[in-house]
Amino acid sequence: MLDVLIIGAGPAGLSAANACREWDLNVLVIDEFPQPGGRLLGQLHQEPNGKWWNGIEETRMLLEKADALGADIRCGLSAFHIEKASHGFSVYTNQGVFDTANLLIATGAAESPVPIPGWTLPGVMSIGAAQVMTNVHRVRVGNRGIIVGVNVLSAAIARELQLAGVEIHSMALPALNIVNEEHGHPRKVMERLVRMAHLAPSAWIRFGSQFAKIDWMRNLAVKFYPKHGVKMWGLPIHIRKAVTEICGKDQVEAVTICDITAEGERIPGTEQTIEVDFVCIAGGLYPLAELAAVIGCPFQYIEELGGHVPVHNEQMETPLEGLYVAGNITGIESAKVARAQGALAGLSIVKRMCRESEDLKQKIHEAKQNVRTIREQVTIQFHPGIHQGRLKMETVFKEVCDQ
Amino acid sequence: MNNRIVDHPILGKIKERKVISFTFDGKKYTGYEGDTIASALLANGIRKLRVHEESGNPRGIYCNIGHCFECRLTVDQEPGVRACLTQLQENMVIESGKRLPAPLKSEGNRDDLPRNYAEFAKKYEESKEDDPRA
Ligand SMILES: Cc1cc2nc3c(=O)[nH]c(=O)nc-3n(C[C@H](O)[C@H](O)[C@H](O)COP(=O)(O)OP(=O)(O)OC[C@H]3O[C@@H](n4cnc5c(N)ncnc54)[C@H](O)[C@@H]3O)c2cc1C
Ligand code: FES
Repeated sequence: MLDVLIIGAGPAGLSAANACREWDLNVLVIDEFPQPGGRLLGQLHQEPNGKWWNGIEETRMLLEKADALGADIRCGLSAFHIEKASHGFSVYTNQGVFDTANLLIATGAAESPVPIPGWTLPGVMSIGAAQVMTNVHRVRVGNRGIIVGVNVLSAAIARELQLAGVEIHSMALPALNIVNEEHGHPRKVMERLVRMAHLAPSAWIRFGSQFAKIDWMRNLAVKFYPKHGVKMWGLPIHIRKAVTEICGKDQVEAVTICDITAEGERIPGTEQTIEVDFVCIAGGLYPLAELAAVIGCPFQYIEELGGHVPVHNEQMETPLEGLYVAGNITGIESAKVARAQGALAGLSIVKRMCRESEDLKQKIHEAKQNVRTIREQVTIQFHPGIHQGRLKMETVFKEVCDQ
Repeated sequence: MNNRIVDHPILGKIKERKVISFTFDGKKYTGYEGDTIASALLANGIRKLRVHEESGNPRGIYCNIGHCFECRLTVDQEPGVRACLTQLQENMVIESGKRLPAPLKSEGNRDDLPRNYAEFAKKYEESKEDDPRA
């Protein structure tokens, strides 16, 4: 019997394991990916101070610590079912069932699909797929591609592809249809562009982001968006052009792109064919939380957190005794926040397993403070309303527990 | 064909790794230790991993991290293996996903659908005979 089973060896799961090991709990971390690190592995961006956030290095540091503390981390194990038992939980995996007193679900996030005609062709992939191929496996996803969907993550990964010497023709929106309203509407995209202004060396975007905060000015910015796009790192970003179709027989050969109005409607006669051999689709992230639903944890939809999220409090406890969550399963944020949340979740588990001491109380207080501080400071912010989202969740947790 | 990113301005030079041989649909290829099946195939220029079981449309990886199941292959005779989550092993026998007979698919007329198991079994046998792919 384990004291703690952790599903997911991303920054949240690994730092939780380290916190538990520091208090000598018996911990097992499982992950279905062949190597530990989660989505941290693929990350590579430059911080405003010029330093590089290198996910492989950050993972190595977490793993070194885990190794020194003797944490057991096993890869290639997929959890597909959980049952409540008298001892705690039984977790079903492709390599047997594990019994544990406490369970931490740290499964991270997944990418929302954005269907457009032709998107099932080989050579079309999610933007995150390209990130992992490029930075983790070090394989070129193609010779020349286009990115469909303009958001903070796709801009960061476009830069990563460029760094690896992969040619990107441009970034554009997906043609508006009933399922991709959020990503195909220039005005909505502009609102989100404002948030990545600090990542852009382009004066235009910096300037644009200032006035984009005021409604009528933002409308002007969308209306007078330059025909040739705005360049970021030499890469044209179009919010008044949309990819209407991906073409090819056995794999991607080209895309059709056309001009769109400020409302996202296609302008007939502006269609153009662009030859590419790969396409990356970027639809944003949502919490990967099915396993928490399987075990009966209550959920709440909170847009600022990225969708349906298991109900939890600031200490990462859920209303189910012994069940904890940490990292992107609780809301979409950067890896630094996930790592800090993991450490806090680990300490909350320690609190349940060991006698509460002044020392532990102090540590939990500090860990909580640390999550808040890091949230204030991070470079990559996925949703501007993250603070409101977190507050909403606190209220929901109290309501659920009062019932 | 070599699609490896050997030098990288921030991540540095790629590590020397052991070469691993495998077959895909009967043809020999090589990859490196640490590759997933998906990365080894893409490095060899292979994008098409399977066809849709019913329509026969080509499919490749989509998410590359285990979420979408678009990359399912048959590996050492085990079907439904996710190429993006499976580490490449020496002498792996990998097969692409094929089209399958669709005996229950309505071709427009609902009255043609089987009403009981005997009818279904008969239709299934007929569809196998009719279908050159099967
Ligand atoms: C494709 C993608 C790219 C991203 N890129 C960036 C980026 O560039 N910059 C940034 O700041 N943020 C990025 N993010 C956000 C990212 O979620 C966080 O930065 C951070 O990695 C979250 O940490 P985590 O520990 O919560 O989850 P993750 O790092 O996602 O780790 C979760 C782990 O759980 C495992 N897992 C999931 N389900 C199961 C299961 N059923 N059984 C076993 N194991 C399972 C996964 O294999 C994974 O390793 C990205 C997210 C995604 C999905
Ligand atoms: S590509 Fe999505 S599961 Fe493998």
